[in-house]
Amino acid sequence: MLQTMDSRETTDAPSSFAAQYLKAFRFMLLSRVLDDKMASLYRAGKIHGGVFLGRGQEALSVSVGLALRKGDVFAPLIRDGAGRLAFGEPVLDAVRTYLGSALGPMRGRDGNVHRGRPREGLLPMISHLGAMISVVNGALLVRKFKKIDGVVGVASIGDGGTSTGAFHEALNQAAVEHLPLVLVVANNQYAYSTHTSRQFACRDLADKASGYGVAPHSVDATNLEDCLRTLAAAVTQARQGGGPQLVIGSLLRLCGHGEHDDAQYIDPQLKQSALGRDCLVVAEERLLREGWADTNALRAVRQQAAREVDEAVATVQREPSPDPFKEKWCALASPHLREMFDNPPLSDAQ
Amino acid sequence: MSITYLEAIRAAQAKALADDPRVFIYGQDVGAFGGAFKATKNLASQFPGRVIDAPISEDAIVGAAIGAAIEGMRPIIEMQFADFSTPGLNQIINQAATLYWRTRVPCPITIRLPSGGTSGGGPFHSQCLEALYAHYPGLIVLTPATVEDAYSMLLEAVAIDDPVIFCEHKHLYYHLKAPALPTEAMPVGKARIARPGRDLTIVAYSAILHDALSAADEIAGEGAEIEVVDLRSIKPLDTDTIVASVARTGRLLCVGEAFPWGGVTAEVVARVATEGFGLLDAPPQRLNAKDTPIPYHPKLWLVHRPTARSICAAARRLLEM
Repeated sequence: MLQTMDSRETTDAPSSFAAQYLKAFRFMLLSRVLDDKMASLYRAGKIHGGVFLGRGQEALSVSVGLALRKGDVFAPLIRDGAGRLAFGEPVLDAVRTYLGSALGPMRGRDGNVHRGRPREGLLPMISHLGAMISVVNGALLVRKFKKIDGVVGVASIGDGGTSTGAFHEALNQAAVEHLPLVLVVANNQYAYSTHTSRQFACRDLADKASGYGVAPHSVDATNLEDCLRTLAAAVTQARQGGGPQLVIGSLLRLCGHGEHDDAQYIDPQLKQSALGRDCLVVAEERLLREGWADTNALRAVRQQAAREVDEAVATVQREPSPDPFKEKWCALASPHLREMFDNPPLSDAQ
Repeated sequence: MSITYLEAIRAAQAKALADDPRVFIYGQDVGAFGGAFKATKNLASQFPGRVIDAPISEDAIVGAAIGAAIEGMRPIIEMQFADFSTPGLNQIINQAATLYWRTRVPCPITIRLPSGGTSGGGPFHSQCLEALYAHYPGLIVLTPATVEDAYSMLLEAVAIDDPVIFCEHKHLYYHLKAPALPTEAMPVGKARIARPGRDLTIVAYSAILHDALSAADEIAGEGAEIEVVDLRSIKPLDTDTIVASVARTGRLLCVGEAFPWGGVTAEVVARVATEGFGLLDAPPQRLNAKDTPIPYHPKLWLVHRPTARSICAAARRLLEM
């Protein structure tokens, strides 16, 4: 089983599992600290636009990032901070995009969670839910043309996104082409304010898999071990030619849709239920209980995460913002085909 | 020996596939069947594994093309009809058109839209959607009116590093013929003087160009010489050639087969009014389809869209102004 968790593992050694668990916990914690910092900056009015947190989804998300490797493709969604970090996205990319640094991957042209490095396999989401899945399919289709085996693509979506036509089209497309797609659904019980009871009528989202001819996986996404094992298994099956995999992770969103949302619509009983457990707390308790880390070690992990985030924020706050006068205002990669509209000079428009 | 507009499109795709291993074709029924209009006939057998049947999922078809483009490919997408591109609209305008601007990774995909009316097509197999796509930054929109342009512009479309909406007109598929494929071509972005004249400029594009040329021939018998400009490319729009023509003639009639609100003809009139107001001897005019869905019955259809006859009438009115 552990062999599937990390391709480099060859034995079922408990110590290697402990190391993997601790590694996952570090990314989860780093993501939580980063999220908390972005929320603080938002409340302080330092961030334009929205801030979207992954609070409560870190275990599922980090397991995606850790199951993937270089050469794979990952299209994260808005609550995938932990998975992004585990996949290799630098903390700086997140901070620069949130703060609109000209040096960030999106250069102030797009913000917050709309960031990525497409040529490095990290696809930048557009806001329209479900739209990234078929883009992952396309990248995988090319690997198929080129007869490159062993590559996996993951697209993340939420319970709300399963209602879109794009979700249906893309999952069906992946199945028809037998692509190594792992579609990870974070069923966090609410799409913005809409409860799953108004989102779908099937008993379990995993039941949808058989309708498409893809393999289902269900996981308690508050439990890091379950997430690590399930994602490792799903990714391995896809990697080995098993075709598309649909992973349904059950959890509760432990924050608003964005930081503008106080989420008072969330059922208090759900918060008290097993679904409402904080995966980060659950994972930390497990680490201590198993003796995989002690409180001193965890304090050091926490301090290290805080230091890394603080340094990134301090760095980015000294960086230039985009200059509208230097902006080329050209959406084309072929500048010779650009239309010359006579816009009024910026100084007049302001 | 002659070649049709449709054969030119097929030949261009065959050449693109032969010349560039990054090119592949993806769309409904494009494989062994050869496409609803046979624009990809025999290509699947000539280029095994590179002409691929897709499920009826326009959103996922375009999405997959974008993913392939990120990986360095140059996909050609065939929409079965231009009308059916709207389920894929989100991917085209929000994903393909924004990708380069957001990430500096180009999105070289070509989306072929069999466009425009043929008798009996009705509301959902006849639309001209060039204005819709031209509205969005990040897209190139081409509307070839000749066999030569269908060939050379499709080849250029595949070579362009941006998403290209290639509006090929179904009415021209079988009717329009040329003696041979072109060996040289005007570049995308340049309009062409299809017929020189001195009394009135008609700006047209795609199939309606031929109605405009017929109208110009008829009016010539009445003593007025009409200059006809073939836009070729909707976006970018060659304002210079249009304004230069109006400078020669002093009168502008812009004709299109698409719906009247906004659109290409409105854009042309706006640009001439903005940049060449002093050149006009009469108010610029425009002629479009009617502001209703496209009717099925040929008697209704022939009146819904501009024809050589209605173009003649509009030109005569404008010449008297």
